[in-house]
Amino acid sequence: MKITTQEVGYVAHLARLELSEDEKGTLTSQLNNILMYMDILNGVDTEGTEPMTHAISLGNVFREDAEKKSIGVEMALANAPEGEMGFFGVPKIIE
Amino acid sequence: MTYETVIGLEVHAQLLTKTKIFCGCSTRFGETPNSNTCPICLGMPGTLPVLNKKVVEYAMRMALATHCTVQATSTWARKNYFYPDLPKGYQITQFDRPLAEAGYVDIEKNGAKKRIGITRIHMEEDAGKSIHDELSGSSYVDLNRAAVPLIEIVSEPDMRSPDEAAQYLRRLHEILVYLEICDGNMEEGSFRCDANISLRPEGQESFGIRAELKNMNSFHNVQRALEYEIQRQRAILERGDRVVQETRLWNTSQEVTHSMRGKEEAHDYRYFPEPDLLPIVISDAWKEEIANALPELPMEKRERFVSEYGIPPYDAGVLTASRALADYYEEVARLCGRPKIASNWVMGDFLAYLNEAKLEIGESPVPPAALAELIGIIEDGTISGKIAKEVFEEMWQSGKQPKEIVEDKGLVQITDTGELEKIVEEVLAAHQNQLEQYRTGKDQLFGFFVGQTMKATGGKANPKVVNELLKKKLSTP
Repeated sequence: MKITTQEVGYVAHLARLELSEDEKGTLTSQLNNILMYMDILNGVDTEGTEPMTHAISLGNVFREDAEKKSIGVEMALANAPEGEMGFFGVPKIIE
Repeated sequence: MTYETVIGLEVHAQLLTKTKIFCGCSTRFGETPNSNTCPICLGMPGTLPVLNKKVVEYAMRMALATHCTVQATSTWARKNYFYPDLPKGYQITQFDRPLAEAGYVDIEKNGAKKRIGITRIHMEEDAGKSIHDELSGSSYVDLNRAAVPLIEIVSEPDMRSPDEAAQYLRRLHEILVYLEICDGNMEEGSFRCDANISLRPEGQESFGIRAELKNMNSFHNVQRALEYEIQRQRAILERGDRVVQETRLWNTSQEVTHSMRGKEEAHDYRYFPEPDLLPIVISDAWKEEIANALPELPMEKRERFVSEYGIPPYDAGVLTASRALADYYEEVARLCGRPKIASNWVMGDFLAYLNEAKLEIGESPVPPAALAELIGIIEDGTISGKIAKEVFEEMWQSGKQPKEIVEDKGLVQITDTGELEKIVEEVLAAHQNQLEQYRTGKDQLFGFFVGQTMKATGGKANPKVVNELLKKKLSTP
C-alpha cells in the first residue's frame, strides 16, 4: 500500500473535500494504482536529464507594465453570494 | 546561564510597478475597495496569468544590489491554502528554484563590519485585505491588493541582537528605496517584516526552538517585539521548560507577543510547479544591463562622502538618508566648493525649514544653487554668518536670490576698519564701568564688548575685524 485511508482523508480535508467512507475507500485504491505507476517511472534512468516543469521548452513570456482598465466594483462582485459596501462578505474569519 | 539570541528575518517588499504582477490592474493604494480588479486577479476560472516584466527587473535590481547570485533559470510554484483574501485558493510564488540566492548586507557591530547573509530573494503575489467587523458575524474582503507584486527577502539566522536585526532591516529598507523599487511605507504595509527568534546556551552549536513573530509594522515595533521575546524565552528556558515552536503576534498596545495557537492549523502547502507560467530565463546580458543601471547605493555613497568631501561619518549618514537629499547636498558642495560648510547648512537650517514646512526636497523654495551662492557670500566676507541665517529665512519665504536680498536690505557686512573703529570707540565710551572692570582683570568681559559692537551694527560687523579692533583698543589704555 502506497497510501492509507487516513492520508486520503487528510488530503481531502486540505482540499476542503467532504468524502464518505465509501468514497475514501475507492479513492485510496485508485490513488494507490497511480502511485504504483509512478514507481514504474521511477525505474527509468534519468541520470543527466534536467527535471522538466513544463511540456513546452519556452521561457520569458512577459507583458509590459501598462495599465489596463479594471472591470469595476459592480462586475467584480456580480458572482459574490454576499457583498456589502463594495466588499466581498465572507463568514467571520477571526473570533 | 547566559543565552545567545539567534534572529533571522523575512522581509516582504511591495514593488513599485504601475500594474499587478499577472494582470494590467493598477497597484494604487487607497482606492475604492475592489475597484482595481479583473477576472485574473479575482481568480476566475479559465483565466491565465501573464508575468509583468518590470517585476523581474525590479527583483533583479534588489538581488544584484545585495550581492545575490541571480539564477539563470527560475520557476514559479503554487502554494496551496484556503483563506478568503486569496481568491484562487493558492498563491503564485517561487519555491525550489527562486530568482536569486546567497547574497549579503553589511551592518556595523562595535565599529567593525558584520556581514548578514541573505538566503534567497524570490517573487510572489500579495494577498487581498480582510476587514473584521466586531459586531456582525462577517468579515469583508478587498482584493485591490491581491496580486500586487512582492519580493520576499529571507536572511540567514545571522543576527545576534534586536539592534542587529533593526540595523539589517534599515539597510534593506534604504537599499529598496534607493533602487526606487519600493516606497518603503511600513504603515501602509509596503515593507513588512516577520522574525524568527530563538535562544541557545552560549557556546552551543545547534539552534534552539524558535518562535515566528508577525504583525510588527515599524522598526521600533520589530525591536520591541524581539526584546520582549528574548525575555519570554529566557524565562521558559530558565525554569527548565521547552519553547513551543509557533507563530506569535506582536500586540502593539500591550507590548507583548500572543500565541496564534489554535487559530492556525498545521501548514501543509503542497507546493507544486505552476503550470500556467513558464520559467524565467535570465541571460548574462540582461543581468549586466540591470547591474550597469544600478544607482550608487547608500553605503557606498556614505563612504564616498567621507573620503571625497572630508565630512564626518555622522554627516555622511544624515546626508545620504535619501537619494534626493544626497543629490541636493552634492550640488551645493560642488557649486560652493566648501563641502563641510555646505554639510552644516544642509543638515542645519535647510533640513529644519524643510521638516517644519513638511516639504519634500524637490519642493524646497531654495534650490542648491541659491544655497551655494549664500555660502559663497559668507565665505568672501560679504555677510556675516549671523546675517546669513536671516538671509536664508528670507530666501525661504520669498524665493529670492541671496545677493538680491543682501542688497535690498543693506545687509552687507561692515569690514571697513575705519568705520568699525569709530563704533568700537563709541561702545567703549558708553560702557566705562565694564571697561574699568576689564582693565582690572575681568577678561571674560571681552565677549561683552564684542556683543555690544555687533548689536550697534545690527549684526553686520565682521566679527573677525571687531575682535582685532577690540584687542588693539583694550590693550592700549
